[in-house]
Amino acid sequence: MRVFHLQVNGDTVEVAAPEHWTLLEVLRYKLGLTGSKQGCDKGDCGACTVLLDGTPTLACLCLAASAEGKAITTIEGLLPAHRAQGGKGADPLQDAFDRSGALQCGFCQPGMILSAKALLNQNPNPSLQEIRQALAGNLCRCTGYTQIFEAIQAAAKEMQN
Amino acid sequence: MAARDQHGVDAPWDQGFRVVGKENRKVDGLAKATGEAIYTDDIQLPGMLHAKMLRSPHAHARVLSVNTSKAEALSGVMAILVGAELPIRYGVIPWTPDEHALAVDKVRFIGDEVAAVAAVDEDTALEALNLIEVEYEVLPAILEPEQALTTPEPAIHEDRKRQDNISKHVELAFGDVDQQAQDADIVVEEDYCFHSTTHTAIEPHCAVAQANSDGRLTLWSSTQITHYVHRALARVLELDPARIRVIQPCLGGGFGGKSDPFSLEFVVAKLALKTGRPVKMLWTREEVFYAHRGRHAMQMHYRTSAKKDGTITGVDAKILIDGGSYSSFGLVTTYYSGQLLTGPYTFPSYRFDSTRVFTNKPPCGPKRGHGSVQPRFAFEVQLDEIAHRLRIDPIEIRRKNFVGEHTHTVNGQRITSNGFLQCLDAVEEATDWKNCYGKMPFGQGLGVAGSMYISGTNYPVYPNKMPQAGVQLKLDRSGLVTVFTGGNDIGQGSNSMVAYLVAEELGLLPQHIRVVAADTDLCPVDLGAYSSRVTFMVGNAAIDGARKLRKQLVSAVAEHWQVDAKDVRFIEGTVVDLSDASRSMSHVEAFHLAEEMFDTLGSTGAYNTPTLGGDYRGGTIGASPAYSFTAHAAEVEVHTETGRIEVKKIWVAHDCGRALNPIIVRGQMEGSTYMGAAEVVLENHFLNRFGLHAGPSLLDYRIPTSMDVPEIEAHIVESIDPEGPFGAKEAGEGPLHSAIPAIANAVFDAVGIRLRHLPFSPAKVLAALHAQKELV
Repeated sequence: MRVFHLQVNGDTVEVAAPEHWTLLEVLRYKLGLTGSKQGCDKGDCGACTVLLDGTPTLACLCLAASAEGKAITTIEGLLPAHRAQGGKGADPLQDAFDRSGALQCGFCQPGMILSAKALLNQNPNPSLQEIRQALAGNLCRCTGYTQIFEAIQAAAKEMQN
Repeated sequence: MAARDQHGVDAPWDQGFRVVGKENRKVDGLAKATGEAIYTDDIQLPGMLHAKMLRSPHAHARVLSVNTSKAEALSGVMAILVGAELPIRYGVIPWTPDEHALAVDKVRFIGDEVAAVAAVDEDTALEALNLIEVEYEVLPAILEPEQALTTPEPAIHEDRKRQDNISKHVELAFGDVDQQAQDADIVVEEDYCFHSTTHTAIEPHCAVAQANSDGRLTLWSSTQITHYVHRALARVLELDPARIRVIQPCLGGGFGGKSDPFSLEFVVAKLALKTGRPVKMLWTREEVFYAHRGRHAMQMHYRTSAKKDGTITGVDAKILIDGGSYSSFGLVTTYYSGQLLTGPYTFPSYRFDSTRVFTNKPPCGPKRGHGSVQPRFAFEVQLDEIAHRLRIDPIEIRRKNFVGEHTHTVNGQRITSNGFLQCLDAVEEATDWKNCYGKMPFGQGLGVAGSMYISGTNYPVYPNKMPQAGVQLKLDRSGLVTVFTGGNDIGQGSNSMVAYLVAEELGLLPQHIRVVAADTDLCPVDLGAYSSRVTFMVGNAAIDGARKLRKQLVSAVAEHWQVDAKDVRFIEGTVVDLSDASRSMSHVEAFHLAEEMFDTLGSTGAYNTPTLGGDYRGGTIGASPAYSFTAHAAEVEVHTETGRIEVKKIWVAHDCGRALNPIIVRGQMEGSTYMGAAEVVLENHFLNRFGLHAGPSLLDYRIPTSMDVPEIEAHIVESIDPEGPFGAKEAGEGPLHSAIPAIANAVFDAVGIRLRHLPFSPAKVLAALHAQKELV
C-alpha cells in the first residue's frame, strides 16, 4: 500500500492503494469515479481515457504514482467545470453527444468525449479528418462513429459561437 | 392481445404525432455522457470479494481431479468452487442444456471454465488460481467442422442420444428444386465460406452477486436476457426463483454476445451463497474472446436456378455450420441459416440442408443477424453472378424477384409491410447507380445487395402461452408516469423507445416518463434483447398499457368538464377541451381527477404474437410478426498492387416500418453497416490448429477505428407496418446483412474477381487477381 497524492477534477485527494495499481484502478475502485471505463486493460480500446494536464492519457496503462503532480480530468469533471464557468446544463460536448445519437451503449463515450475535449481545446475548428485522427485510440462498437463525428462538429460550432 | 387487435390501418394514432418520429433525446443519454450511468463493474458493495476463473489449457480433455488444498490455504482466499458443486446443466435453449458453470467431467475448448476462487482482492484470487492443481487426460481435439461431421469419436458431448458430433441437422424442402434446376435457363452453383467473427462489446462481461441473510439472492449482470438468466440461476442453484432477483445495470454493448447465461453468473451467485459476502467477477478482454458466442463459421454450397429474364426458380443450399463446443442457440441458428433466406425475393422452390457440428473451439452463438448473415452473403453474391451472366442490372434483378407485401414466402412465413423496392430506389438514386455501375475506372466499383430480417419471432425460447412482453405503468400524483418493463436496453435505446411510445399514447412528453427496466423483482417479464424483438414486442405492450390509462384519464376529465370524451385531448402535458378552446388543465390535474374517480392509477400492457409460421416441424422458427428489409450499395477501391480492398462508402436504405426516433434508427443502421463491413476486410475470430485464439485482444482482433470506418450514408424507409408499434419494425440487425455481399459485388465490378470466401484478405485478392491474369 502507498498513499497517492492526486489532483482530480480540481480536488486534491490523498488515497491509499496498492503501489502497483494503475490510475484507472485508483479512480474507479478507490475514488468511486467510475465514469472512466475498463474495456481491455491493456491500452487497446481507449475507454479509460482521462486528461493529464490536458493530454488524453490511457489510465489503464498509467501507474497511479506517475499521475502525481499532474492535473487529472475525468469525465465527471466536465460538468462541474462547465458550471463553474457559469454554464448551464452539461458541457457542450456532452450535450452534443446526447443530441446527436452518439451515445448508444455509452461505454466508450467518457473516453471518447475526453479525447474530443482535448482536440477542441487545441483546435477549435477541426476538419473531419482531424476528428478521425484524434479519436483513433478510442474504439466504439455501436455507432460506426458517424454520429460521434457529427456530435463533435456540432459542439465545435456551438463553442465557437 | 395481439397487436392487430389493437390497431387497424385506420387507427387514430396514424396522424399528428407529437413525440414519435421526432429527434428526441434518449432517456439516459446525459447520464452516459457525464459518467453517471452505472454499469455492472461500477457496483461496489461493502465487504465485496473478487473472483477469478481457472480455465482449461487444453482444447479437449477429461478432468480427472481438481486439488484446491494449496489454494485454500492462501491467505485472503475466502472460497473455492469446483464443478461438482454446480452439477446441473444449463443452456439458453431448454432442449439442449449442455453447459456446466465449471467443468464436471470434461473441458471442451481452451478457456473452458474449471474452477473459481473468491478472495479479498483480484491479485490474491489470481495467485490462488496458480495453486490449483488439475489433472487432465488429454483427448484428441476436433477443430475442423468437416472432421466433426465424419468423426463420431471422440464425441465432444458423450451423454446425448446421438453418439456423434452433430449438434443439429435440419433439412427442409419446399417445391421441387431439382426439377426447377433441370428446367432452368441458367444454373449457378458455387461454394461460399463465412469465417467466424465476434461481438467485442467494449464492456467485458461482469457479474456481482449478493446473498442476503433472509435467503434472497441478487445478481447484477451484464446480460441481454435477464429473464432467462433468472430461470437458469434458479435451476442450477436449486433455489426458488421467487428468492432470486436479477438486475441488468447499464449495458456496455451486447450484439448477441451477452444473450446466453454465462458461467460467471452462476459462479458469483454460488460464491456469494458460500461466503455470505458479495462477490464480483469481471472478465478480462481475453476471457471475453474465449467466451465468444460469436458468428458461426459456415461452409455453404448454393445452387440457384433462374430463367433468362432473371426470374429465380429455385434455391438449393447445403450448409455446414461450425458450432464450437456447446449448443448455445445452435438449434435456432441451424434453422435460421435456411428459414430466413426466403425474402425479399420470391422463388417457387427452395431446399436447405444445414448441419451444425461441435468442435473443440469457443462456442458460437448469436451475433447481430443471427444465423442469416452468412447465407445472405452467399446468396446475394450468387444472385449478382446470375445477373452478370444474364446481363441484367443487379438492382433490376432484385426488383424483378421482389416477394411483395402482404404475402407469404415459399416456406410459409407471413410478410406484412415491405419497403424493399423503396430501399432499392433509395440506393440506386443515392449512388447515381445508372451512371456509375460498370462504368468506373478499373480498380473502382459499385455493388448492391438486399436482405430481410425478423422483428422478433413467435417462438419463445421455452414453450409457454404467456405474453412475450409485458409492462406495468404507474401514475403518480406529481404527474410522473413510471413504466416498468423487463426489456433489456443494451444501448440500442429501448428504454427511450418505451418512454416515447407511452408519452405519445398519453399525450405527454418523454420527460414525464420514467422507465424502470430489466429488474426481475420490479418488472413484468420480457424475454430479452435478442432476435430484434424489443421495439416490436415491448413497444406494443407499452402502447397497450398506456391506452388503458388514457381511457381512464380522458373519461375522468370528460366527466369533470361534462363534455364528450372525444373532445378531451392530451397534448404534450396539457389537456384541452376541443369543444371550448378557453378551457384546459395540466396533465397533473387530470391525474388527480382520475385518481379520485378510479382510485390508485396503474395498468398493465402485454404483447403476444399472432399464430404464425408454416405448418411443419420448425415452421415457427423464424416466423416473425413483421420483417424489416434492407438494401446496401458499396463503393470500393481495390488496390491491385497490395491486394487491399478499401471500402470508400456504403449507402444503406432500411425499411424499419416507422422510425420512432430517426436519430436512433440511423445510429442502428450505421452501426450495423460498419460492423458488417468490418467482417469483410478486417475481422477474423481465428483459432489456430491447437484451438488457441490467434489474437484475443482489441489490437489483434481488428475492429474498425475512426480511421478505418468508411463513409456511411443512411436512408430510412418507412413502410408503416400494420401490426408494429405505431407502425415500427426492427432496425438493429437487418441493416448489417447486405453490407457484406454489397462489398463482395463491388469488388467484382471493380476488378472482375468473384470472391466467395470471407474474409477478403489482401492475399486472397492478390491470388484471385493473379488467377484472373492466367485465365486471360
